[in-house]
Amino acid sequence: MVKPSRSYRVFQGVNGVVLTLVVIVTLYPFANIIARSFSSERQIRAGEVTLWPKGFNLTTYKIVFQDSMFWRNYGNTVLYTAVATTVAMVLTTCYAYVLSKKHLKGRGVLVGVAVFTMFFTGGLIPNYVLVTSLGLKNSVWAIALPNAISVFNLLVMKAFFESLPTELEEAAQIDGLSTYGILLRIVLPLSKAVVATMVLFYSVSFWNSWFSAFLYMDKSELMPVTVYLRNLISGATTGGNAGAADAQLSQVGANIQAVTIVLTSLPILCVYPFVQRYFVSGVMLGAVKG
Amino acid sequence: MSTSTTSAPPPGTRQPPSGKAPPRRGRRPARTGWRRALRRDWQLYSLAVLPLLFFLVFRYLPMLGNVIAFRRFEPGGSIFGEQWVGLRYVEMFLSDPTFWQVFRNTLWLGGLTLVFCFPIPIVLALLLNEVRRRALKRFVQSVSYLPHFLSIVIVAGITLQMLATDGAINHVLGWFGHDPIRFIQEPEWFRTVYVGSEIWQTAGWGTILYLAALTTIDEDLYEAARIDGANRWQQIWHVTLPGIRPTMITLLILNIGTFMAVGFEKVLLLYNPLTYPTADVISTYLYRAGVESNSFSYAAAIGLFEAIIGLVLITSANHLSRRTVGTSLW
Repeated sequence: MVKPSRSYRVFQGVNGVVLTLVVIVTLYPFANIIARSFSSERQIRAGEVTLWPKGFNLTTYKIVFQDSMFWRNYGNTVLYTAVATTVAMVLTTCYAYVLSKKHLKGRGVLVGVAVFTMFFTGGLIPNYVLVTSLGLKNSVWAIALPNAISVFNLLVMKAFFESLPTELEEAAQIDGLSTYGILLRIVLPLSKAVVATMVLFYSVSFWNSWFSAFLYMDKSELMPVTVYLRNLISGATTGGNAGAADAQLSQVGANIQAVTIVLTSLPILCVYPFVQRYFVSGVMLGAVKG
Repeated sequence: MSTSTTSAPPPGTRQPPSGKAPPRRGRRPARTGWRRALRRDWQLYSLAVLPLLFFLVFRYLPMLGNVIAFRRFEPGGSIFGEQWVGLRYVEMFLSDPTFWQVFRNTLWLGGLTLVFCFPIPIVLALLLNEVRRRALKRFVQSVSYLPHFLSIVIVAGITLQMLATDGAINHVLGWFGHDPIRFIQEPEWFRTVYVGSEIWQTAGWGTILYLAALTTIDEDLYEAARIDGANRWQQIWHVTLPGIRPTMITLLILNIGTFMAVGFEKVLLLYNPLTYPTADVISTYLYRAGVESNSFSYAAAIGLFEAIIGLVLITSANHLSRRTVGTSLW
C-alpha cells in the first residue's frame, strides 16, 4: 500500500469539510421547519427561530389537528395513493410479464409502444381535454388512470422477470398450470422483492403528486393534502395582495405552513431509511436495462 | 403442489422430461404464423389488452389530440376540435409579446439549470468517491438523497419558508447587517431561487449513476497511472473522468431533451404575479392560457411548439454525441 502523500491528506481534510457542509445545507432546512412548527408565531416573525423551537408550544398543531378539512384531505391522499398504486401495479405487472416472454410474437412492437411514450407525449392541453371529456373530473380515476403505467418502472420489472429461470415456468406448465396460474402462483411469489419495490416507487410518487389533483379536482373536500399545502403556500406568496405585497401580510400562518409540511412529509420520512436503498438499486437496474 | 415448486429454491433442478417437450420454446421456428402465435399465447396476449388500452387512450390519443392546435376547439365538443383553422393559433402566439417573454424566460431558466445542475452531481460524486470510510460515505449519500423523496409541494414550501423575510437566509444576512431581502416578491431573484432550490433537491440524487459508473473503472488503470507518475489530480483527469464519460454524455442528452420543459410544477408553485417577468415559462403560460382562460387551441399550439423544440433538441444532441464521442441514447 502506498503511503498517502501530504497533499492528499490535505485534500482529504478539505473534502471532509466540503461534505460536512453538504450535509448541513441539506438537513438545515428540515431542522428549521421542524423548529418553526413548534415555535410561537411571534418569535418566528421576529426571525429568532433557527435550529431549536423558540417559545415552544403545540398551539399550531392543535389548530391543524382540529381542522376537519386537513384530515379529510389527508384521508384523500391515503385513498388516492392506495387506489392509484393498485391500478398501476396490476397494469404494470401484466404488461411487464408479457414483455418478458422472449418468444412472444410481436414483442418488439409491444415494447416499442411503451418506450416511444418516454420521448414524446401528448402535452398538457390534449391530456386535460381528454380527461375532462371522459368525465373523469372530480373522481380518483383522473389521478389513477392517466398515470397507470410508468415506463421506467415497467422496464425495471420486465428486466427482473427476464432474470427468472425459465425452467421453473416450463415445469409448471407441464404440471398443467395456465399462463395466469404461472404468473399468480409461480412468478409473483418469486418476485416479492421487485413487487415490493414497485409498490414503494408508485406509492411514494402518488403520495407526493399534486398536479393531477390540482387540475381535475374542483372541490376542496376532494383534494389531497399536497393541494391543501399548495393552497396554504400560494395564499402566502400572493395573499390576494399582489399589488401591495406587504411583507408582514405574506407571512401569515408561517407556522401553519410549517406544521403542514411536517405532517405531510412525515410518512415519507418514516419509511425513508428503509426504502432508500431499493430506490437506488431500482435506478441502477433501470439505467442498465432501460 | 405448485406451492411446493415455488418454495424449492434452486432453479433448474427439475428438468422437464426430455421425451415429450411441451410447445417447443427452446428452438423456435424462424417465423411463426400469427394464427399459431395467437392460439399458443392467447393468454399472454390477453394480459396485454388493458395495458395497451391504457397506452392507446392516455398516451397516443393525446398525441393525436394535438390537432386542436390547428382546429377550433369548443369545450364540450370533440376532443379533436370542430373545424380547421390552419396556422391561425400559431400566428397568434408568434405575434404575442407575452409569448416571446416566456420563451426568453424558458431559455434562461433552462440554460441556468443545465449549467449549474448538470456538473454539481459529478463533482459531488468525485468527492464522495474519495471518502475512504464507508460508513461516512453511506451517511452523506443517504442525507443528500433525502430531498428527492419529498413532494415538490413540500420542497416549494420549504424553499418559501427559508426565503421568507423572517426565514433562515434573511436571518444569516442579518448577521452581516444586511436588510432583509424579499426573495419571493422580487423578479430579479427568481432565477437564483429556482436554480438554488433545484440544486438542493436534485444534486444528491444525481450522484447515484455517477457513483455506479465510478465503481466500474478498472483499478489497474489507476495502478498504471501511478506507475507513470500521475498525481491524484492527473489520475482524476486522465482515468476517472474518461471512465464516467459515457454516463455524463447520456445524462447530458437527457437534460438537453428536457431543457424546454423546465420544472413546470416547481415554477408554478414558486412564482406569483409579481415575479412573472422572470418566472413565467412556456409551460406555465400555456397552463394559464389553456386551463385557466379556456383558450385550449391556442395553448395546444404553444404546447406543440414546445414539444417539437424538445424533440429536435434531444435528437440533435444524440446525433452530435454519436458523431463526436460515439455514445448515444439510441
